[in-house]
Amino acid sequence: MDAFLHQIFSGLANGCIYGSVALALVMIYQATHHINFAQGEMATFSTFIAWALITQSGMSYWLAFLVTVGISFAAGLAIQRIVLRPVEKAPVLTNVIVFIGLLLIFNALAGWIFEHTVKAFPSPFPQQSGLATKYFSAHEIGSLIVMLVVLAALYSFFRFTPVGLAMRAAAQNPESARLVGIRVSWMLGMGWGLAAAIGAVAGMMVAPIVFLDPNMMAGILLYGFAAALLGGIDTAWGAVIGGFIVGVLENLLGAYVIGTELKLTVALVLIVGTLTLMPSGLFGKHVVTRV
Amino acid sequence: MTSADLKKRVLWIGGALLLVALVVLPFLVKNYRVFQFNLVMVYAIAILGLNILTGFNGQISLGHGAFYAVGAYAAAILMDRAGWPYWATLPVSGAVCFVLGFLMGFPALRLGGHYLALATFAFALAVPQLLKYKHLEGYTGGVQGIVLTKPEPPFTFRFLDQPFNADRWLYFFTLIVALLMFWLAWNLLRGRVGRALIAIRDHPIAATAMGINLPMFKSLTFGVSAAFTGVAGALGAVAIAFVSPDSFTVFLSIFLLVGVVVGGLASIAGAVFGAIFIQFVPNIADELSKSAPAAIYGVLLIGLVYLMPTGVMGMVRRFWARWQPGVARPSGQPPAR
Repeated sequence: MDAFLHQIFSGLANGCIYGSVALALVMIYQATHHINFAQGEMATFSTFIAWALITQSGMSYWLAFLVTVGISFAAGLAIQRIVLRPVEKAPVLTNVIVFIGLLLIFNALAGWIFEHTVKAFPSPFPQQSGLATKYFSAHEIGSLIVMLVVLAALYSFFRFTPVGLAMRAAAQNPESARLVGIRVSWMLGMGWGLAAAIGAVAGMMVAPIVFLDPNMMAGILLYGFAAALLGGIDTAWGAVIGGFIVGVLENLLGAYVIGTELKLTVALVLIVGTLTLMPSGLFGKHVVTRV
Repeated sequence: MTSADLKKRVLWIGGALLLVALVVLPFLVKNYRVFQFNLVMVYAIAILGLNILTGFNGQISLGHGAFYAVGAYAAAILMDRAGWPYWATLPVSGAVCFVLGFLMGFPALRLGGHYLALATFAFALAVPQLLKYKHLEGYTGGVQGIVLTKPEPPFTFRFLDQPFNADRWLYFFTLIVALLMFWLAWNLLRGRVGRALIAIRDHPIAATAMGINLPMFKSLTFGVSAAFTGVAGALGAVAIAFVSPDSFTVFLSIFLLVGVVVGGLASIAGAVFGAIFIQFVPNIADELSKSAPAAIYGVLLIGLVYLMPTGVMGMVRRFWARWQPGVARPSGQPPAR
């Protein structure tokens, strides 16, 4: 029973990370209706920047955290403005190709600038702090708190600020939003910026656990996709809950059913199963289109 | 002589010269180059398979590296564990991948656009891990993979002062298979089936209204495309004489897609240009840095999408059309952006 509870709690902690990645994916999907294949590599690159700030420039952790989030936001905005705006109206294949191109560029840049050696990333929640309990390590509780803070900040941004309202309007009905004077293109850019920032947070939370190298996020990204699809790719809450479900499912299946070696196959089955049986996920809106 | 006759004559003479050049080529260069040209043809077949699915039928697949891997492993297992001769493994690889592709085509029917890309991306990420799975190690050789022996040529001679050795024999073997596969694809795509595929890509609802059986065509196209790539995988396994899970990562799928985009979507001849690109550019870029090939591919992908969306063959066609005024735009092209 103890081991079972341990698996569940560990799964919830992992689910935190998957939920953050899923949240970033949902951000971009809500704004642009495209799935960002480069999300994992962008998060890895942001984490490398944080690593460089902490270890090479000697910045304190939380200052480097904030600076990295800021840089990621600006970079996400810039990418949308420069690379993605020309292909906004292009067919899906063109967009997918551009995303894959971004994936390759970020992966290669990370490998070129920071080398392929595995690096240790410091955790801001030391083992001995009072946060640790019997089932959660300090870092796991810490990342859970960080993610809840991020969620709360996002919720209040969208609910209570004029810019958040403008972003919601631009996502829901771009033409009407343009008519009332909202600059929809810039709203898309901000969506990308937010997604990049959330991805950076997710990367910095997961790096202490899986260690930092250019291919850190490949498996996690897949689980992020599964979580986003399971929860419903157009709802932020759904993505987070999907993340928890996927995390717990991964741990339970790994411990009791199939062993830890087929994790990516589990993600594949989840993705294909969700897309075939429940395309709008658990909490998403069921979209019906006219022929 | 009319312009059409002249064009036909030019094409026949050009084709004959090309064939002679291809036959003489392996005797002009060293062994390693012959091996590289061999791989170019292998990748050309794989890219042709992907082009049938993505370029002609509009179904985006980021998972063709997985079909390549299945074809390669099928050939390796048959050669190593069951003692089959290398040439007999090709049809089996093709058949296995056809069935696998056909089965994948069913869930693909419900997925469109980026969801299909996502599902095939997941497939490409999952297959290397599956190949390392310890319960399948008896067949797949686990992490170490399977080492094969390179087949010996059935006869030897010397031509232009170079011996007819295993590399050159495999080059000709691959050349014959490649010519056969390209002819099959050309035959398939220029008739009713090709037009049905293009109709499904451009306007699926109108295609259904005209009586094309969408589910059957789409699933069969997935199967045929997977079969082409599976045969290419088998040829690659024979040429390299080694298969391991780490040779078939998701980057292989991405590079095949790069080859399709470089060569030109919906173009059969473009597959060769794409293959030349993905075989030789990494060798040149590797001298810059270990990560440089991926960066170059990424920049090129985005650049091509902006500047040359129809790929190399698109440029060739544009110049050809400009050379002959009054010729209509050839069919089979993806709709202009």
